[in-house]
Amino acid sequence: MSWDPIAKLAEAVNSGSVSAKELVEKSLAQIGEKSDFQAIIATLEEPARKRAVEIDELVKAGKNAGRLAGVPFIAKDNFLVFGVETTAASNMLKGFHAPYRATAIERLEVEGAICVAKANLDAFAHGSSTENSDFFTTKNPYDKTRVPGGSSGGSAASAALDMAPFALGTDTGGSIRQPASFCGVVGLKPSYGLVSRSGVVAMGSSLDVIGPLAKTVDDAALVLDVMAGKDELDGTTIERDPKSYCDLDTTIKGRKIGVVKEFMDENIDKSVKDNIEAAIDKLRSQGAEIVEVSLPSTHLCLAVYYILCPAEVSSNLSRYDGQRYQFSSGGYTKSRSIGLGDEAKRRIMIGTYVLSSGYYDAYYQKAQLVRTKIIKEYDEAFSKIDFLVGPVSPTLPFKIGEKTKDPIQMYLADLLMPGSNLAGNASISVPAGMNEGLPVGMQIIAPAGRDRDLLGISKAFEMINGASI
Amino acid sequence: MEHITRDDVLKLARLCQLDLSREEVDRLAVELPSILEYVEQLQAVDVTGLEPTDQVTGLTNVMRADEVREYQAIPEVLIKGVPNSEKNMIKVKRMIV
Repeated sequence: MSWDPIAKLAEAVNSGSVSAKELVEKSLAQIGEKSDFQAIIATLEEPARKRAVEIDELVKAGKNAGRLAGVPFIAKDNFLVFGVETTAASNMLKGFHAPYRATAIERLEVEGAICVAKANLDAFAHGSSTENSDFFTTKNPYDKTRVPGGSSGGSAASAALDMAPFALGTDTGGSIRQPASFCGVVGLKPSYGLVSRSGVVAMGSSLDVIGPLAKTVDDAALVLDVMAGKDELDGTTIERDPKSYCDLDTTIKGRKIGVVKEFMDENIDKSVKDNIEAAIDKLRSQGAEIVEVSLPSTHLCLAVYYILCPAEVSSNLSRYDGQRYQFSSGGYTKSRSIGLGDEAKRRIMIGTYVLSSGYYDAYYQKAQLVRTKIIKEYDEAFSKIDFLVGPVSPTLPFKIGEKTKDPIQMYLADLLMPGSNLAGNASISVPAGMNEGLPVGMQIIAPAGRDRDLLGISKAFEMINGASI
Repeated sequence: MEHITRDDVLKLARLCQLDLSREEVDRLAVELPSILEYVEQLQAVDVTGLEPTDQVTGLTNVMRADEVREYQAIPEVLIKGVPNSEKNMIKVKRMIV
């Protein structure tokens, strides 16, 4: 059971050779069949079927139903879909029905895409395994005793399990790329600001981005092309590339690709390194100019991230006070104490600490200064090369329960990713084969605003290495 | 290592508007210092001549027209999600005691 390329599916729906209804039913059937992986929090049978009928009627009336006509998709449950329960996998938001829809969802729906389900995540997107979900843990599609990664673990698993042709995720410190790597799919973290964050449950506002998880680079590119661009409901959105993100240059010959030295050091498991080295060899054999590049502050990124992110979390989560919506036990403090989970509380506490008087300079401001240093190192690297490559995760997908006892061990799973969030650049996880029966993802990074180039080289790699399994 | 007492945890919890159970206080009194110890490595980094980064887009003062417009979220729907309301208004607990 797999899906045709998204562009082809939409074309088939628009030509009347396949109905939106058939696609939605196929998606719902697959979600039901694979329910034991626990990737999904809620299916949206009724609104999805209703929308499919509307699209099929549009087509019958001779109209074009859009670039994603009838294409089912799955949204991480921190995206607001109008009228649909949006929990961010937290008890705090259980029962919250979105009173409006996210801009990203709106843009996809305008082009005919149909949201069929909401995917599991670590509550409020705090985590790297979905084990912080207040509801249940999603299982890795390749080994049910292992995690799918996180926080967009439900989205990545759902894409890998063909529950829909694509899923949406959010990435604050690796939350799209790491689960994509663990589940063997493509996961794109676009440049900061390229996709509007309006209507998405906020985590770390200077770091959060929205992106697609899909089986192929072309599919991810099409979804990005529909979502990208300025939105007056999000003042941090940037200008999109005037050219389509589907118009990809797949030249490898002559491309300067930097292998990040610190991404291949002793902290990285051999099982991961072997696949990445093989992938780099393939790029070299196709004429890429491979050089070693140093990002000396790589080991500092996670420390900067675990100051800035909790600081922003402590601010963003202050709105959950049991007064204006959903979980309430009456009082402010009591509602928060019952409704918020362990990781949310931990991050709020850390964030409040680093922002508090007497500690602000030593922690928060220092982290902002080191963030500048990290950005300068990327700028320096990109002045000489086109792309940076390395692994996404230092390890293969880990066992459920393996890292839940020690928050630092869980945080270290994100070692190689937050740099791209701190610098706001574009980064992707592309499948780089299997090792010990588990998927390995290669991370490719491009300068901010160069998302189309990033997709181009990713597609080129996919062409020589093969797409998702 | 940053020394954090149980009293420090309780004080911080008050700032966060959190009531913690005894077990939570015990756990956080161990976890918070270990997280702070991890991020402590930044103290040794030389940042001479650098400016702090607040955001990465470089955008400033992004404005839109100040006008009333139709929006998907309507008061009737919003008020339905409110835990405690009266006459279309949100009823909240007293904030300053």
